[in-house]
Amino acid sequence: METNGGGGGSAADVSRILSELETLKTAKSDIECRISALEAQLRDSTITTTKNIEDKNDTVSNGSCPLISAVHSNINHDLTPDSVYRYSRHLLLPSFGVQGQSNLLKSSILVIGAGGLGSPALLYLAACGVGRLGIVDHDVVELNNMHRQIIHTEAYIGQPKVKSAAATCRSINSTIQIVEYQEALRTSNALEILSQYDIVVDATDNAPSRYMISDCCVVLGKPLVSGAALGLEGQLTVYNYNGGPCYRCLFPTPPPTSACQRCSDSGVLGVVPGIIGCLQALEAIKIAGAVGEPLSGRMLLFDALSARIRIVKIRGRSSQCEVCGENSAFTQQQFKNFDYEKFTQAPLSTLPVKLNLLPADSRISSKEYKEKIDNGEAHVLVDVRPAHHFKIVSLPNSINIPLASLEVRLPEISEALKEEDNSGSGASLYVVCRRGNDSQRAVQCLQKMGFDSARDIIGGLESWGHDVDPNFPTY
Amino acid sequence: MQLTLEFGGGLELLCESVKIHKVNVDPPNGAEKFIMKDLLSWVHTNLIKERPEMFMKGDSVRPGVLVLVNDCDWELSGQLDTTLEDKDVVVFISTLHGG
Repeated sequence: METNGGGGGSAADVSRILSELETLKTAKSDIECRISALEAQLRDSTITTTKNIEDKNDTVSNGSCPLISAVHSNINHDLTPDSVYRYSRHLLLPSFGVQGQSNLLKSSILVIGAGGLGSPALLYLAACGVGRLGIVDHDVVELNNMHRQIIHTEAYIGQPKVKSAAATCRSINSTIQIVEYQEALRTSNALEILSQYDIVVDATDNAPSRYMISDCCVVLGKPLVSGAALGLEGQLTVYNYNGGPCYRCLFPTPPPTSACQRCSDSGVLGVVPGIIGCLQALEAIKIAGAVGEPLSGRMLLFDALSARIRIVKIRGRSSQCEVCGENSAFTQQQFKNFDYEKFTQAPLSTLPVKLNLLPADSRISSKEYKEKIDNGEAHVLVDVRPAHHFKIVSLPNSINIPLASLEVRLPEISEALKEEDNSGSGASLYVVCRRGNDSQRAVQCLQKMGFDSARDIIGGLESWGHDVDPNFPTY
Repeated sequence: MQLTLEFGGGLELLCESVKIHKVNVDPPNGAEKFIMKDLLSWVHTNLIKERPEMFMKGDSVRPGVLVLVNDCDWELSGQLDTTLEDKDVVVFISTLHGG
């Protein structure tokens, strides 16, 4: 500061001034951004209020961005000057243009699920200027979501996904309306929520939700943009659009529960739902903007590993469909009373199932198992998870025999038991898996094959990490 | 005749994780043509190595499996009665629910 008045100025001065200029310019541009966002917000909120307030508003925003610009220029649409600037790259598209953007701004889209599919879908739908964007999700953000659910940031771990997703959407586009539904979608609230939107995006992760959402869209007459992803594959189509098929036309009978794998069991490469979610946003934008040919009556199949996208022709609306068919009388009331969990034999929430197949004396807790190790009990621990799970983490001295190959590898267990049996009084046999379901199936099989003393560790490695060793990695 | 069979959506796990199979099949004894029904039983016998109930139910595919003949839903070509020709591509894909 001492050299402030000096005429010549040293190199240090120049660098200080440059840096201060830089800081001020950044602050100025931040403030300008904020001003323009607030002006836009103010304008949007005054459109619906009384003339009285509108007059007042005129004086308030009598600044760089005049409200009634139509006086000075010839504008035949309802886009505000800020909207023209924000969406200019859309307006420049001959096949989208002012009409497409204007349609988009007037539309409302509901995204069900703010996870792997919903994240990118919501980001693009918020950015592109959908007038009203609804988000439904009952879950909270977890660390193991972050690799694919890119709308959430670490700061929101433990907080509701809806809150996190809405905050990100607002930070991208403060001029649109975001509606939060921090609840699970059920037959009791689905009609009420879906009826308020023009287009529905199914970004859920389970079979009963998919049937429920499709049926609800049929009774309400809403187009449904449906996407799914698992592992390294994705699928996409538009249901109930312009006389096209609904989900039930394609899948009248639910698949067996064993065919409904979940990302938390089978894994998923983060970018795969990202791609499908982006395509869902695209289809929703096409329908809302009334441009192009929506993917109805066709299905997109994406195989990430071989880099193949295949678009196939699927059947049209089935006249025999129990929900949308000619003779169907599926009403809103029937929808409300329909038990989707019973229909699909699967829960609407994605909580892992907890089986209870064994009597209490065939099971021990992870804490009890720890005591047996500490007491030096002679035993064999068989881990029945698939080999690629075993590679992630395993308990010391456990041997990996995946459940699928258990029966053919029984001799290995007999051998191990013999080796462990130092005292001659026999070694115990314990079985562990990830959560304690497959270990019970394995014990049932082992007991049938003559390993009477086989017992499983209740709750598997998850309970070991929870109750015994908090540093044990969970996945 | 030669057919290309593709399995996806997890069905490839039933045939040793191989997604694409180039196979040679012939109409059953005395028959003039080879139809989808013949193909399903051929696949069941020759390609499915485990859990056949995850592929078939009765004499058709299990619920939740889409069958595509030359990129077209078999529902549009006559399902089990669809006649197959040399070089046809048949895709079996299990519907996904994850997200």
